[in-house]
Order: sequence, then structure tokens, then C-alpha cells
Amino acid sequence: MTKDLFEVKTGLAEMLKGGVIMDVTTPKEAEIAEKAGAVSVMALERIPADIRRDGGIARASDPQMIKEIQQAVSIPVMAKCRIGHFAEAQILEALEVDYIDESEVLTPADESNHIWKHDFKTPFVCGATNLAEALRRIGEGAALIRTKGEPGTGNIVEAVRHMRTINTEMARLSTLRDDELMAVAKEMGAPFHLVAQVAATGELPVPNFSAGGIATPADASLMMQLGAETIFVGSGIFKSEDPGAMAKAMVQAATFYDNPEKLAEISAGLGSAMRGLDMNEIAPEARMQDRGW
Amino acid sequence: MLTRPEYNDLTIGIVALQGSFAKHAYSMGRLGIKSRAIRTAADLKLIDALILPGGESTTMTLLLENENLWEPLADALEILPVFGTCAGAILLGNQLEDDRVRCFNKINYTAERNAYGRQVESFSTALVVPYLLDQDFHAIFIRAPKFRDIGDDVQTLAVYGSTPVLMRQGQVLAAAFHPELTEDSGIHKYFVDHIVLKSR
Repeated sequence: MTKDLFEVKTGLAEMLKGGVIMDVTTPKEAEIAEKAGAVSVMALERIPADIRRDGGIARASDPQMIKEIQQAVSIPVMAKCRIGHFAEAQILEALEVDYIDESEVLTPADESNHIWKHDFKTPFVCGATNLAEALRRIGEGAALIRTKGEPGTGNIVEAVRHMRTINTEMARLSTLRDDELMAVAKEMGAPFHLVAQVAATGELPVPNFSAGGIATPADASLMMQLGAETIFVGSGIFKSEDPGAMAKAMVQAATFYDNPEKLAEISAGLGSAMRGLDMNEIAPEARMQDRGW
Repeated sequence: MLTRPEYNDLTIGIVALQGSFAKHAYSMGRLGIKSRAIRTAADLKLIDALILPGGESTTMTLLLENENLWEPLADALEILPVFGTCAGAILLGNQLEDDRVRCFNKINYTAERNAYGRQVESFSTALVVPYLLDQDFHAIFIRAPKFRDIGDDVQTLAVYGSTPVLMRQGQVLAAAFHPELTEDSGIHKYFVDHIVLKSR
């Protein structure tokens, strides 16, 4: 793929910065999200909290439902495909979704291989729990990285772990000498040219967003102060008591993330956030973040 | 790129509610020009020009209104030069029929949002900017708008095919593409040299 196409892919992520991308399951929810100031919506049939509750196989959404959401709003529409399921991704590209999320929220289709994302004109976002995973996805063509967190829990602890891990590993790379980078790339299992690039610049080669467990404006602020440039909110909005108010508050929090007085105002009287799950309540095999590598 | 002594005392205010504001600060920084993020009315004091960045025009409209920044910004636009890119260029034009976006009516055209289509139609191109730039400008178009009902008072500075993509009316400069995403501050430099410094 040419450099030109890649910058067009990351270019859309640049335009989403400082915003909130919201999970929606109906055109009506998409309109609520747009009216609250979402920069983009993620169209999916069930939000992660419900996927977790219902069990079974979670697949890409019905194209009819995605089309209805595309018609309902003017902002970019994203949709998810299963890890490694390039046929689902091809269908999403034919629908002209603006970003494809190769997502651990859905049941993986391939235990060994992720999608070769360079083959697509549509940009991809992928989740990562650490720097090596992020660089592998970028090597495959992802134009945007997000923390995986633990989706559908309303529990921020995993997203924090992933963001801090990525930051720490990037900081470490930037302290190494050139003659140490090949050994580190080998140890990390990440493409050498990307390891070298992070070592030189101290940052990811693509925008870095956060997802997984963000349930309050304070969670949004926390992730952005830790370096996330935009946040994805999945179950946190439509599982809260007053989705319209929560959505608007999240949008304000993404702009004023470093202003505690403003956040105090934004957070007041929102009703209860989603109930949430402690990590101890989740069986190890039910952890979505362990899907993909 | 050469910086000029006049640049030292300039401060460009970049509306920083959402979108590519940090990239614009970087483009100005490359010229040696200071910028300031504008998030409240108080931030509008003591600036020499404004930038409305790319991003989502619906989101910017809501944040401008909810944060009571709409009126102070409209007042500032009465006197200050402004450069708008993509969503910023949409907001600077005449009011659209789409009421999800509110416009400042500072440049005489009407924007059509996402006029090329969805993201799969986004592209980059070597843009010729006659008289202003010595070499082609690497222009990146992301879900870009087109502009119709362009008034006679609007000067077209560059076209893509036959479509105007860089326009000026007095102190207002507008681009359908994203000069802030290119490692070339040529168009930012034009804005500062020919519009901001001449307005002082």
C-alpha cells in the first residue's frame, strides 16, 4: 500500500480526535448520539454488555441495520467484524462504512491470523493490550489503535492497564541504542521497522484511542490524561440511567478532560452510570481482551 | 522554511473543542509562530488571528453552543482574520439547510457536507496552487465538502478538477482539504504573510 492511502486512513482518525465514538444499536440511538455531539457512531446489533450476558456467537451486524444507521446520521459510521474474518470485512467495505473495527467484542473467526488490512481501502481500528500487539496490528495495516480494556464491564481498570503498559513500553524503547533494537523487536515479536520508528519518535505511528469500560466523564478524563486522543464508549451510554445526558456529558468531558472544575460541573446530576462488573466476576475464558494476540 | 521577525509577536488562536487543532498548532510551530488553544471566551483575548480546524462540524456546533462560545467567537470573527479547514470551512460559510450545523456566514458560499461520499472516497492529490506556491501542495481530502452558490466576492485560489477547494474572501481563507495534515506549512504561511500580517 502506498503512503498516500495510509495517510488518508489515519487522516480520518485525526479528525475524530478530542471526541467520543458511541456504540449504537438502532437509528434512534444513532440520532441521540449525533445530537449529543458524538464524532462517530459504532453500529452493532448488541452492545458489549448484552453480548456478554447473552453468550452465543457474536457476528458482524445485519447490513440492513448498518444502512439504516448510515441514513440516520451525517457523522462517520463504524462497524465491527470478527477477528480474522476478512469476508465480513469485505461486506462492511462494500457497505462503505467509514472505519472497520476488527474487534474482540465479537467471537473470533481465526485463532492464528488477523485480517491483512492493507488489502482494504477502508481504514481499520484494532484493539491492543500492549505495545507489541499494537505494532503487529499496525504492521497488518491498522490505521488506528485503541486499548482493548474489558468491554461491557463499565470497569476502567483494564483500559488503564493497557494504556499504561503501552506508554511504559514506548518510553523504554526511546531509551535504547540503535544496536539494541533488533533484539528487542525479536523479544517483543513486533515488526522491526515499527519498533525503530517508535524508538525514534517516542509515539505510536498512528493515533491512539481508548476503549473498554469507560462509563463516566471521569473515566474519559482519566484515559485522555493517560494519553488517549479520543474515547470509544460502548455500553456506558445506553446502559446508563439517562443516555442523552450521559452522551452529552461524555462529549464535554473529551474536550475539557484536563479541567477538573469543568468536569465537576459536567459530572453533576447525571443519574446512575451503568452497573458494571468487577474483574473477579468474569471467568477467565469470558475475558474478551484475551481474544486475538 | 524561513521564519520572519514579524512572526515573533504573533499568536494564532486555534479553536480546540474537537478535531485537528493540535496539527494546526504544529503547522504554525514549524513556521516559528505561537498558537493558543481556544476553549473558552477568555482564551480569545490578545490573539491576532483564528483557525477553525477540521473535525466533525456537528460536534463543533454543539460544543460552541453549549459552552457559550458561539457569540464571543462570532464577535471575534468581526475583526480577526480566520483560516478554516474542512469542517472549519463549512462553519465559516453561509447557513446550510441542515440544522445540525450552524454557520458564521463569513464567506459567501454554501457547503455541501461529505460531498465526495464516505471515507472510501477520501483521497490525496498533488494540488497546484497558482501564484501562491512554487511547488504542488500535497492535499489530503477526508470526507471533504464541496462549495456551491459561490459569490463573486469570493476568490478561488486552487481547484481540484473544476471544483474550487481553496478560497478567500477578504480576511477569510477556507480549504476543503487538510493542510494541517501535510508536513508543509506553505498554505499556513500564505495565511500569515498575506492575510494576518497585512491586517495589522
